[in-house]
Amino acid sequence: MSDILVSEQSAAGTSGRPSGRLLEVDDLRVEFRTRDGVAKVINGVTYHVDAGETLAVLGESGSGKSVTAQTIMGILDMPPGHVSGGQVRFHGKDILKMSAEERRRIRGEGIAMIFQDSLSALNPVFTVGFQIAEQFRVRRGMSRSDAKKRAIEMLDQVKIPNAKGRFSNYPHQFSGGMRQRAMIAMSLALDPEVLIADEPTTALDVTVQAQIMDLLGELQRERRMGLILITHDLGVVADVADRIAVMYAGRIVEEADVYDLYAKPAHPYTLGLLNSIPRLDEKGQELRTIKGLPPNLMNIPPGCPFNPRCPMAQPVCREKVPPLLQVGVGRASACHFAEELVNRD
Amino acid sequence: MGRYLLRRLLQLIPVFIGTTFLIYWLVWSVPGDPFAGKCGERACPDAYVNMMTEKFKLDQSIWVQYGNYMQNLFQGDFGSTFGGRPIGDIIATSYPNTLKLAMVALIIEAVIGLTAGVLTGLRRNGFLDNLVLVSTLFLLALPIFVIGFVLQWLFGVQWGIVKPTVSNEMRISELILPGFVLGSASMAYIARVARTSIAENRRADYVRTAIAKGLPMRRVVGVHLLRNSLIPVVTLLGTDLGALMGGAIVTEGIFQINGIGRQVFRAIVTKESATVVSIVVVLVLVYLLMNLLVDLLYAALDPRIRYE
Repeated sequence: MSDILVSEQSAAGTSGRPSGRLLEVDDLRVEFRTRDGVAKVINGVTYHVDAGETLAVLGESGSGKSVTAQTIMGILDMPPGHVSGGQVRFHGKDILKMSAEERRRIRGEGIAMIFQDSLSALNPVFTVGFQIAEQFRVRRGMSRSDAKKRAIEMLDQVKIPNAKGRFSNYPHQFSGGMRQRAMIAMSLALDPEVLIADEPTTALDVTVQAQIMDLLGELQRERRMGLILITHDLGVVADVADRIAVMYAGRIVEEADVYDLYAKPAHPYTLGLLNSIPRLDEKGQELRTIKGLPPNLMNIPPGCPFNPRCPMAQPVCREKVPPLLQVGVGRASACHFAEELVNRD
Repeated sequence: MGRYLLRRLLQLIPVFIGTTFLIYWLVWSVPGDPFAGKCGERACPDAYVNMMTEKFKLDQSIWVQYGNYMQNLFQGDFGSTFGGRPIGDIIATSYPNTLKLAMVALIIEAVIGLTAGVLTGLRRNGFLDNLVLVSTLFLLALPIFVIGFVLQWLFGVQWGIVKPTVSNEMRISELILPGFVLGSASMAYIARVARTSIAENRRADYVRTAIAKGLPMRRVVGVHLLRNSLIPVVTLLGTDLGALMGGAIVTEGIFQINGIGRQVFRAIVTKESATVVSIVVVLVLVYLLMNLLVDLLYAALDPRIRYE
């Protein structure tokens, strides 16, 4: 045993009592019941975000990061989706147990969301201004002209030039970056406490990506929002996140402070991800990848789901699922060999 | 937009000339004697035949006849029947009846078709969905005269809810049954197109966004979903309006409505070539304009479509 404390309690606490946290996902389990079988998409995800904090949820496609977000928002397609366990607590209250009407009121005002593809996420037949003003009219009962005024203010806040003139443009008349700004304006219209950004910059080119991330960071600080940033881009994460949760096969495999995670990953999957970032000083060499593919969610291998791809795998990894255990101050890892990883030089 | 409209209107000219000539030629080449049976039991006297042949230039080539006809047409003269009745008169009395019936049919098919389509598109595989699928299959499979006679017999004769035929006043209440019969096939199409369209768009990203904004479900469906799903339905309705305005030979026949369809039918049977051509010319013109209207409506519904 090393000097690092390994406790049986998972990082975020699963006791179920209110902890004064803004948004907590607690041991969430979601499966997709299809004709071909049951795909276990989320297998006990636990994370939380506080006011003014940015949590980055990192993972490959299919790791369950978006499904978790959709479950929080209540926009998961059900069926085939089915929440089979766990809680999502907003201000300590489980929103999964609320009535449809109560959940609707939380959307937009308590928790809002930005989507990846702003072209398909905005309604093509209504003007951008209408889609923002609509919320003021429906949710706040404002008059048409007041709502328009507020919508123009929102467009202005996300730094869209000539906001007044742009109000009556349709989504297809905006560039990709402008559209994502409009999307942000729309999600922030009702001043939400938590914002979930599902790969907000994936569809944009690199220079625009940085602008959008800067804008998001700025607005978050101004409003002291909790921000959940879902991404597969390690570069984006490093700049803006306070904490990172790494997901694999519907589980959190590592959670840590940004600096700790980059300095010393406590899970071989995180290590593999960090090693696969292309580096300028290794130009000409082959890119390092994680071998193999993520598991089929209808048939997750026994033991640690990462074991078939793991360079450190031992017999124990094929038998026992490693729980998410604390491996230091504010960090946790779901690996049988987390201590070795953290302690290596 | 103005340029587009002008171009479309100019395009109407060759289409108009082409279709009218085609019809003229078709009617001209129908075999048979237009004066057969005109003078009772006996054959018509030579003097009469010669006079009529002279008057209607029946011995001239088709080119001359067509040229003459078009010349008169552009002066607003549709010509007259062999009996001497101005064809413009026939159109003026019967066309309003057809339009009235067409409007009733259009409203019935739009309201019922859309309602059924939206309800089933939102909740597929339920009882209502199966009911609508089976009944629309019925409407599509049965020929219109079967639907017409069966409903006329049931509602008009057996149950006596309505009068079996329509009176000359053409009251709206009398037109509901014929309108339903006339619009039945299109109603089934509209229900199915709306159902598919709603079901497809139900899973669209922008619907998810609208839900995530915390809008009430009523508004998500009634505003965001419906507006997008209406685009193919409106196209269908527009084309159908063109077809409905072309008269309904069968429906007008069953319910004794003095519409344009019956006039065409009568003119074809009695070899009144000038009448056939004149009515069809009007119908072609209406159809072309309706088509243009649909295209313009399409742009109004979907702002991504811009005509240059």
